[in-house]
Amino acid sequence: MLATRRPLLLLVVLLAWGCAGRAPSPRPAAIPSPGSLPPAPRPAAPAVALPATSLSETQQALHVLNRLGYGPRPGDVDAVRQVGVAAWIDAQLHPERLDDGLAETRLAGLRVPTMTPRALMEAYPPPNLERRQGMEVRLEQSPQRMIGELQQARLLRAVESRRQLLEVMVDFWFNHVNVFAGKGSVRYYVPAYEREAIRPYALGRFRDLLGAVARHPAMLFYLDAWLSTAPDVRLGERRAGLNENYARELLELHTLGVDGGYTQADIIEVARAFTGWTIDHPRPGHPRSGGGYLFDARAHDRDAKTILGVRFPAGGGREEGERVLDIVARHPATARFIATKLARRFVADAPPPAVIERAAAVFQETDGDLRAVVGSIVRSPEFFGEAAYRAKVKTPLEFTASALRAVGADTDAGLAVQRTLLLMGQPLYGAQPPTGYADRAEAWASPGGLLARLNFAQALVASRLAGTAVAVGPLAGEGGAGAVADRLLERLLGGEVSDETRTVLREALAQPAVLRATLDDPVAAPDVAKIAALVLGCPEFQRR
Amino acid sequence: MLTRRAFVKETGLALVSFGLAPRFLVRAAQAAPGGARPPVLVAIFQRGAADGLNIVIPHGDPAYARLRPSIGIPAPARGADDRSLDLDGFYGFHPSLAPLLPIFRRGELACVHAIGSPDATRSHFDAQDYMEAGTPGVKATADGWLNRCLQQGAARDEASAFRGVALAPILPRALQGPATALAVPSLDAFDLRDAAGTGSDLQPGFESLYRQAVHDFLGGTAQTTFDAVKRLRAARPTARLPEHGAVYPRGRFGDALRQTAQLIKADLGLEIAFLEIGGWDHHVAEGGARGQLAGRLQEFAQGLAALWQDLGDRRGDVVVLTMTEFGRTVRENGNAGTDHGHATVMFALGGRVRGGKVYGRWPGLAREQLFEGRDLALTTDFRDLFAEVAVRHLGLSWKAPLFPGYALRPEAFPGVLPPAAQSSSERFSTAIRRSLR
Repeated sequence: MLATRRPLLLLVVLLAWGCAGRAPSPRPAAIPSPGSLPPAPRPAAPAVALPATSLSETQQALHVLNRLGYGPRPGDVDAVRQVGVAAWIDAQLHPERLDDGLAETRLAGLRVPTMTPRALMEAYPPPNLERRQGMEVRLEQSPQRMIGELQQARLLRAVESRRQLLEVMVDFWFNHVNVFAGKGSVRYYVPAYEREAIRPYALGRFRDLLGAVARHPAMLFYLDAWLSTAPDVRLGERRAGLNENYARELLELHTLGVDGGYTQADIIEVARAFTGWTIDHPRPGHPRSGGGYLFDARAHDRDAKTILGVRFPAGGGREEGERVLDIVARHPATARFIATKLARRFVADAPPPAVIERAAAVFQETDGDLRAVVGSIVRSPEFFGEAAYRAKVKTPLEFTASALRAVGADTDAGLAVQRTLLLMGQPLYGAQPPTGYADRAEAWASPGGLLARLNFAQALVASRLAGTAVAVGPLAGEGGAGAVADRLLERLLGGEVSDETRTVLREALAQPAVLRATLDDPVAAPDVAKIAALVLGCPEFQRR
Repeated sequence: MLTRRAFVKETGLALVSFGLAPRFLVRAAQAAPGGARPPVLVAIFQRGAADGLNIVIPHGDPAYARLRPSIGIPAPARGADDRSLDLDGFYGFHPSLAPLLPIFRRGELACVHAIGSPDATRSHFDAQDYMEAGTPGVKATADGWLNRCLQQGAARDEASAFRGVALAPILPRALQGPATALAVPSLDAFDLRDAAGTGSDLQPGFESLYRQAVHDFLGGTAQTTFDAVKRLRAARPTARLPEHGAVYPRGRFGDALRQTAQLIKADLGLEIAFLEIGGWDHHVAEGGARGQLAGRLQEFAQGLAALWQDLGDRRGDVVVLTMTEFGRTVRENGNAGTDHGHATVMFALGGRVRGGKVYGRWPGLAREQLFEGRDLALTTDFRDLFAEVAVRHLGLSWKAPLFPGYALRPEAFPGVLPPAAQSSSERFSTAIRRSLR
């Protein structure tokens, strides 16, 4: 399967690049081997020029594959070099033009990502509700199972999708406007949240994303806005008075940033503007369970407000919340805050000020066009600078997905893979605080995390992860241990390792305690697996 | 001529006074009958801003019941359930803290009320950051205060990777910094395993790959990791069962406490353990004597009580310090919950703690007494308590400021520990001297 699938995929990828911007033209379904690629197709429009860089072509290809995606699969580095780095970036910035049929096929068996909240509540009822109704709780119906399937879908897309940048952006924005699947009914809304509020806007307009998030039951529930009412209004035991939670995080985490120049008074006024934004109805078992956003005028605070210096006259309604979103989405502090976070994701933990300034300016000039903002970052001199190359330590998700891609694993992204993310401290949909997960090396370069990586690498290449098959043999090729090691360094890391790593790896192969057995029988699978484990575990592979 | 014994004695003492006791001396001291062991601090962060007013309840303040009509805990009454457990006629424990009451009465548990950060932020993220850095209002602080404790402390066992351990998947801000500290999500899983799940023969290979990565800070992490794995394999702390009838609550927090006790008893050189327990952010349906907060407190109290029981004769070496980023609004909100507030309550539990008392001046709950008209005002800076524990328990000499921008003033200490006539670290040095006689 492996032998035929990869080159075919490569062809499909090349076809789509060649056809970017125009109707796909039929081509003979010849299957080229990676060694005999057809001449690079010319892009429809000249790609946006890239700045001068001291990185080699291979380094550039590795760099964009690692930053705009979850790392190279076998053959990807050559493929990017063929099509050109600039054209590849252009294609990734327009995911809608990239056919992703193959990834969709892999996802076809998963239902949870496409189901409505109501259907999910019925299919995966909370255990206590089941018990109350005297029904037996079946394991395959447990809400954990539901989230497991959603994690599976996200991981599969990270590994399989050709729209790599889109997947990176979905992860970025979900984390930016994080909700925690473990909080009450949020779990039933999470699939729709990612599908409806995040994914369509991941490279769209920031204001659209912000609005879709603000109106989404997942966010309304997670940060309690659905319960908040005007201070003197009582609509039930819990819906009786103001709740500041969403208002605070909207300003601190979603838009202005903690130093964005707002006060506690602004938080209260924002909370008042959003009163009435609620869900009809979030409780499983309720006649309208799984319902969506509703503006409940009875709950709204109709008094005048002043928010960030802007006067809201008395008598307003639903539109006040939208007006708040307009104000904060266009605030210069927001442009700066979002630019900083994106630059941290794409360039370095402490990004150079110039790239932030430029991205913030683009954000303001384009009214928050995220494609343009991201484009300005990934085509910047800072992005292609020596200082940015491999400057980021991979997060657990990035490490896991990149390892699966590097060895061309055939994975179901099931429990075994998900458990690894948990051990490394990054279970998907499992970040409890509204800050989401950290995007800095210190958070992930821990001894426990490193052990989990090394253990995952060993299990992966030995095909000992349930639901994941890896054939290292074809990647490693034939020959002595040294030749195999060189080939694996070439194929898993583009040959981009320090001389020290290369030397040490060769020495390690000579150590009797480690790999003596391979010297006699160089193609024996388990020993090739050990070399591959050392490569996936080496310092260079922990970075992107 | 200098005998070997005399040499050992002289240099050993010199090293001790420089805080560099070699490990064989440490072992000798620990092995000596009645020999003191290094002091251990167990820091527990209640993430999410725990509601101090419903944990140690000021039932003697008339405003309390009025401001919390649905979530307030009724004042103590003999023989009645679901009421606060009286401590001193003014304060009472939440009924879920019942497992801690005997420890309080024995005088090993002290509470400090109306404590918190002088910075007014109500952002979880910022407030946790400030508290862990030990610098309210300053985000630029490079390292965490517990890491600075490790940097300044007399390392009892310099080579140990276990001087500072977070029983958590990610190293918390408080332990980040130049001194070695470990995040251990689970002691059981903390091992290098090959594909079959047994000890990996690739460890030497990985070790050499990372040994050359000195230019890379991953290299340092890796050396710590491999050393820790070897030590754990030798000491096998997880083979130790809870003692003295201790029963830990199920779940992550109970597991972390159980493993803390295992680490302490295995003498792996642990000086600072960091644990966290989340789920305190009760904006909605906080509950009173029963409900969400009651559930969290039950796990919290059962866990602490189990640790205390399990530690047995180690209690004299240990102080448990609890902290949370801020308190919650005095008045309950419209959703029968509480929003982000200001001052709160913290605990110090220890064999040498002067417990059985709620420390801190009570600021009152009348409107004009509240911070910004809504929150419990602050009467104790959290750094006063943390500094007291650092000086009087860990025996830090305050060579460099533990909290930049904060002047050490022992008269501001809440007083939960006795002024160190002989601190744990001094007792430790004494024991080393004794072992050399």
